[in-house]
Amino acid sequence: MNSSAFRTAEILKPQARPSLYWTFADALVLAKRHLIQIPRIPEELVFATIQPIMFVLLFRYVFGGAIAVSGTTYVNFLMAGIFVQTVIFGSTTTGIGLATDLQRGLVDRFRSLPMAKSAVLTGRTLADLIRNTFVVIVMWIVGLLVGFQPQGNVLFWLAAVGILLLTSFAFSWISATIGLAVRSVEAAQSAGFIWLFPLTFASSAFVPTQSMPAWLRTFAEHQPVTLIINAVRGLLLNHPDASTIWQAIAWCVGILVVFIPLAVWAYGRRTAR
Amino acid sequence: MSNTPAILAEGLQKHYGKTQALVGLDLVAEQGSVLGLLGPNGAGKTTAVRILTTLLRPDAGRAEVLGLDVVKHADALRARIGLAGQYAAVDENLTGYENLEMFGRLYHLSGGVARRRANELLARFDLVDAARRTVKTYSGGMRRRLDLAASLIISPPVLFLDEPTTGLDLRGRLGMWEVISTLVADGTTVLLTTQYLEEADQLADQIAVVDHGRVIANGTADELKAQVGGERLELTVTRGGDLDAAVQALRPYSSGELQVDADRRHLVVPVTRGAQQLAEVVRDLDAEQIPLDDLALRRPTLDDVFLALTGRAAEEAELPAKTAATQPLVRSTR
Repeated sequence: MNSSAFRTAEILKPQARPSLYWTFADALVLAKRHLIQIPRIPEELVFATIQPIMFVLLFRYVFGGAIAVSGTTYVNFLMAGIFVQTVIFGSTTTGIGLATDLQRGLVDRFRSLPMAKSAVLTGRTLADLIRNTFVVIVMWIVGLLVGFQPQGNVLFWLAAVGILLLTSFAFSWISATIGLAVRSVEAAQSAGFIWLFPLTFASSAFVPTQSMPAWLRTFAEHQPVTLIINAVRGLLLNHPDASTIWQAIAWCVGILVVFIPLAVWAYGRRTAR
Repeated sequence: MSNTPAILAEGLQKHYGKTQALVGLDLVAEQGSVLGLLGPNGAGKTTAVRILTTLLRPDAGRAEVLGLDVVKHADALRARIGLAGQYAAVDENLTGYENLEMFGRLYHLSGGVARRRANELLARFDLVDAARRTVKTYSGGMRRRLDLAASLIISPPVLFLDEPTTGLDLRGRLGMWEVISTLVADGTTVLLTTQYLEEADQLADQIAVVDHGRVIANGTADELKAQVGGERLELTVTRGGDLDAAVQALRPYSSGELQVDADRRHLVVPVTRGAQQLAEVVRDLDAEQIPLDDLALRRPTLDDVFLALTGRAAEEAELPAKTAATQPLVRSTR
């Protein structure tokens, strides 16, 4: 090492490991980057939980009394919808975060490093998955406080949480693709959200689809969010339906198969402009 | 190896939609030298840096850094270069230390080496006290230092600095210049883009003046200045009536056409040995009893160079260049 210490005597060489190793190692380095920030920006997590809590209160106490469901209480019916809506809305942070990194030039720096190309995306989607897990736990507790009584057994409930997390992960990759495709953070914010409204509200999240007009009901009953909600609801209320569960999982896997390569491709060609 | 230029670009072209960002850019930088890309906003400097640092693929032409093709050997190249951009590209919710350690890991250094190097660089950049604070609390100059530190983690032999001092105050700028000079003294090759003529003059061995996506002039600062002529004496006489007498007295010293501005009582005299002649000029004018308000020996600046090359001043060029970026520029088939 010479006197200036700006430089070392020799260029520091990267460690030689198989590229598959770096795919995971680099993703973990970046997941850590996001996770250590969570306690530093508490307001972000607070707002991420306040919004679904508002939905719980709104539907449990304001609209709930006017909505007829069969076979269970409205709050028991509602919570599956709330859980799915929470993880799907929560997944939009992936795209907003990537758009922010792009705008700040961080993506340029990452892309100039000899790191695994996919790691910026997998690191972030992994961290968002962990963050969403925490929010789901908070929402579960909030549900219990307003009278939610899950039926069946713990295995079913764990399976329900598993589907929720798979959903969270899948929608994060759609969000990542959007965040890399748009031109600004603001655009990532609105473009990431807007298409989720019809999917979550024209679904079985808050009302039984039977109450909808025929044309809407056809859409609502065949779109993925309803399938996912029905799968989760069945598991929470002790009437799991294998076919619905498999369809829900198939949708999530399908989304991952399409959007992981799409997001990685978009990442490879985007630089800050 | 030592004969391979550190940076070589030939005929680089790049367009964004209908906008031609580069229309055949050529560059060469010898190892251990500083190449300054000088030009207004929108001239194509950043696009050139992005191609050379593997972030963008050129539409045509080729480029090599350390003999490695920026497209074909992009992966190998990324382990040998450093890039610091116009923004301080660091994570502002991490501490200074966490940023450097993270980037070290992403350069695939072992945990131990990454941590040691992070501490070394924080010390060298005078950021030890701030090392455990989140970057959000840093001043602009501190962020820029951290950003530069991040680009030096692996001690890259070639460093790309895209407008390293834009937005810094005078102290920050001088500090950045000092760091760059030290790096060059240690043998680092630096490619530096700047809008500041003074900065290129100060730091660069070779300057490439870039305008509308191509290099319009090339050379050392002195060579470029020579293109717009040598030194000149500029003087203002106290009494307008003395102007003719002053012209007579100064004609023997002039190496070219004298310029007279009667309204401002101002004379411009091109000279060849300005410093030596200055004393004689003062003596002669004193003997003629011609009092002066002002006398200066002026050497051409890069501002003059830019004006001579483009027909407009570098600062003025900023506005038209920005407008031009949204319109099709010169279409070139070169």
